[in-house]
Amino acid sequence: MKPEQLRYAETHEWVAVTDEGGRKVGTVGITAFAIEQLTDLVHMVLPKVGKAVEQGKEFGEVESVKAVSSLYSPVNGEVIAVNSDLPNRLETLGSDPYGEGWMIKVALAGDGGASKLMDHAAYQKQCAAEG
Amino acid sequence: MTALLQTPLHVWHAAHGARLVDFAGWHMPVQYKSIVEEHNATRTAAGVFDVSHMGRIRFDGPGAAGFLDRLLTRKVVGMGPGKIRYSLVCNEAGGILDDVLVYHLQEHGGGLYHLLVVNASNRDKILGWLAAQKGPADEVTFTDRTVETSMIAIQGPSALRIMEPLVGADVGGLAYYTGRETTICRHAGIVSRTGYTGEDGCEIIVPATAAAEIWERIFTSGKDHGVAAVGLGARDTLRLEAAMPLYGHELSEQINPFQAGLAFAVNLDGRDFVGKGAIAPKKDDPTQPLRVGLTLSGKRAAREHYTVHSGGEKIGEITSGTFSPTLQQPIAMAYVPPTNANVGTELSVDIRGTAEPARIVPLPFYKRK
Repeated sequence: MKPEQLRYAETHEWVAVTDEGGRKVGTVGITAFAIEQLTDLVHMVLPKVGKAVEQGKEFGEVESVKAVSSLYSPVNGEVIAVNSDLPNRLETLGSDPYGEGWMIKVALAGDGGASKLMDHAAYQKQCAAEG
Repeated sequence: MTALLQTPLHVWHAAHGARLVDFAGWHMPVQYKSIVEEHNATRTAAGVFDVSHMGRIRFDGPGAAGFLDRLLTRKVVGMGPGKIRYSLVCNEAGGILDDVLVYHLQEHGGGLYHLLVVNASNRDKILGWLAAQKGPADEVTFTDRTVETSMIAIQGPSALRIMEPLVGADVGGLAYYTGRETTICRHAGIVSRTGYTGEDGCEIIVPATAAAEIWERIFTSGKDHGVAAVGLGARDTLRLEAAMPLYGHELSEQINPFQAGLAFAVNLDGRDFVGKGAIAPKKDDPTQPLRVGLTLSGKRAAREHYTVHSGGEKIGEITSGTFSPTLQQPIAMAYVPPTNANVGTELSVDIRGTAEPARIVPLPFYKRK
């Protein structure tokens, strides 16, 4: 996935919305900026398939040596797939955050609220202000 | 808001990509790149730490030893020149105001003086306490030397080899917990065989104006030894593995030295000091909560303020916790009732709503070979 094609939450999650057999599916992960800020990841908790997620609400957690951080869903819908092996190979988050580092796929309700998210340019501006 | 204080090495930290945070009013590096890499460099080679934020207070005058002896839980009168002791400063109620190192040092010219190294977070409190405790009969003057000087810790198996070419005195020949005035890169300074990581090493105190030059020289001397700059993040994981208490976490005015496991830092024999009357009965108090070490079998770390449970009942609270880079598992310290404090006791920690199994283990978690 190209970062330019993704939508972004202020809390540093990304979502790629695709059309799969007539329904909209959002693939969710966290950004390279977030991973660099976290550093020294040791653990991650992801939800189970079937869990309802809500935009801005916690769907999992990622833990570094220093602290634990919540993962917030950028979209509304239901989890239909989980990258369940990801917690066993956290280095993937650093090497391929927008591909193999995906976390969950969500069947969106409507557009899942994706239109409220930032585009790449707006997100880059936010990172520059925070970094 | 008042501006954050900067150490003489602040420019270096900023230029080397450090993530700088407010720590006790100082703008300090929490990490340069990775806490784990900095931690491992200290365990396997050498880590260099800017600890200039620690308070340094000098005591002069014929009454200095007696004055400090009255305020510290260990004897200061009779400490030979070059000796350093870990000690506590307590209030009248026996609560811990700070944990400190007291140095007895000899000047190049032969004069003797004492130095107190205190936590950055407690510097103002201790300066105020010293002023309040000093009576007209005390022939002592004390001077806050924190800003005029800089303090650097070099820790790890290669630390002394890196420092030997830079220090006039024989660093390797210094006994543990001794120190002396010497030259460091030809600047007058103090070297001591002390640290806060569980590794061998030393700490130096140098003029603030010479700190940047000396810091660079340490990296030049250490470049073939795997030397790394280390921030406060790894300083915390290193001291936690070594089970060294940190003020504001394991130590506070509500905690007495005995329950903190610091009986070695209290000398009650034939002497008096502020807080002794309140502390002495606590020595054998069988009811007070005790500091213990916990390991967890999962990967989620028990963090400060998480609650500790036995059979569903809340019995205590985590004071510090992290994922140990050396042991590759979560470690934590907590205060629990003595009936739950034996090594091997199975407890649980409430980690964000889930009871995670934890077991009491002997401290320290890590001891160098």
